[in-house]
Amino acid sequence: MLKLEKVSVNLGTSKILDKINLEIPANKITTIIGPSGAGKSTLLRLFNRLVSPAEGKITFKGKNIEEVDVIQLRNRVGMVFQLPVLFPGTVLDNLSYGPSLKGVREDDYALYCLKLVGLDKSFAEKDVSSLSGGEQQRVSLARTLANKPEVLLLDEPTSALDPASTEHIEKTICQLKSSLNLTIIWITHDLNQAKRVSDYVVFLAGGKVIEAGTKEQLFSNPKEKLTKLFLAGQLAEKRRDNP
Amino acid sequence: MMSLLSLTLTSSLILIPLIISKKQGLKLEADILVGTIRAVLQLALVGFILKVVFGINDWKLTLAILLVMIFNAAFNGAKRGKGIPGIFPLVIFAISSSTAFTLLILVSVKALSFQPAEVIPVGGMIIGNSMIACSLTTNRLREEIKTKKLEIEARLALGATPSQAVKDPIRLAIRTGMIPTTDTMKTLGIVQLPGMMTGLILAGTNPMEAIKYQLMVMFMLSAAVSISCMILGFLLGRKFFNAAFQLNDNLL
Repeated sequence: MLKLEKVSVNLGTSKILDKINLEIPANKITTIIGPSGAGKSTLLRLFNRLVSPAEGKITFKGKNIEEVDVIQLRNRVGMVFQLPVLFPGTVLDNLSYGPSLKGVREDDYALYCLKLVGLDKSFAEKDVSSLSGGEQQRVSLARTLANKPEVLLLDEPTSALDPASTEHIEKTICQLKSSLNLTIIWITHDLNQAKRVSDYVVFLAGGKVIEAGTKEQLFSNPKEKLTKLFLAGQLAEKRRDNP
Repeated sequence: MMSLLSLTLTSSLILIPLIISKKQGLKLEADILVGTIRAVLQLALVGFILKVVFGINDWKLTLAILLVMIFNAAFNGAKRGKGIPGIFPLVIFAISSSTAFTLLILVSVKALSFQPAEVIPVGGMIIGNSMIACSLTTNRLREEIKTKKLEIEARLALGATPSQAVKDPIRLAIRTGMIPTTDTMKTLGIVQLPGMMTGLILAGTNPMEAIKYQLMVMFMLSAAVSISCMILGFLLGRKFFNAAFQLNDNLL
């Protein structure tokens, strides 16, 4: 579905990602795990071109993403951020934002997306400032779904939520995979979450893919020493500003 | 008419801030002295140049002087946007458009005649106010984009173009650029008599006539300021993004 070939990203003089080769399978949930500063967010942002690589090639269904219109790409590859950042206004205003940019207004589909994330119709007219953190993140997910994406990029969507909201969002996303036929790439720092939701797992450290495989392979039978250390919680956190 | 002797005597008023500064240890003595000397020299020079230019009364020379003023104003106005590629030509464009448009209207409705004695001082007011508006707009836009970075990226990720993604920051920046003008309009005559009107009245003009000019000045300034803010705001918003519609972090 999405493929990275020898992709590197630099920030000033430091290498954030170093010659990454990676293939993301279609209609599966791929989680990206790794210590902070590993380059997880940067990797995710490559897929919707919020970041461009210094070298290497990224393809989406066989086509170089630099040759796809960037607006079209971002419609097909949606993203949910760590913090919900809702726009001022009502829930429906937020859900209509993406379609309205294309000159489309589909209230029915927006309400359907609201239902998919477990919120009923009565939420549509609520002001976003009156929502709880968990509700806000669900609206932010629904807002991305309203664009009818094929791929969903999730940047630690539950890290700011309480356990109940986290469980709810997790279940919702796993259901979406089959109900909307989505390919999902999910960054998480919570290894238990990765165990619960993943089909595939990518372990990233120091800007390199150390190991990638199915959930069973990676968690039960890791090959690399670094992976074993990380899974055992013994890998020292490597920060970008202190390499 | 004020005699040179009277003017010299009034300059003794400068002693008051000097003494206060000295007694209170404000350390402003040097600034006050330099400021006073610069004001005297600059204004004397300008007075001399204006006298010559008014005497020659040539439209090409008038235009050249307006252009020099615009250039200087843009240089100052662009300081707030340090680092933004192409900020200087953008500010020049914004200020010259507002100046050209407003002067054209004033001359064509015969509020002014195209003579150096009228066009240069009025043009100076337009250019000066446009410059401040441009500084404020640039400053606020950069601040807004910085603080709303996450929201702007969320909009980009939903398929917004840069212009769509910074719509709200641009709106706020334009508003900020226009605030001094709208605020002045509201308090005009209540808080202070504006400098131009005071000048005309002191020079012997009938207050009703002076008010007519002052109103014209306010109308033209609000037009000029809104034109500069709009042009600059809309053109500047895009400069914070690259060709791949990514926010350029280096500019924030």
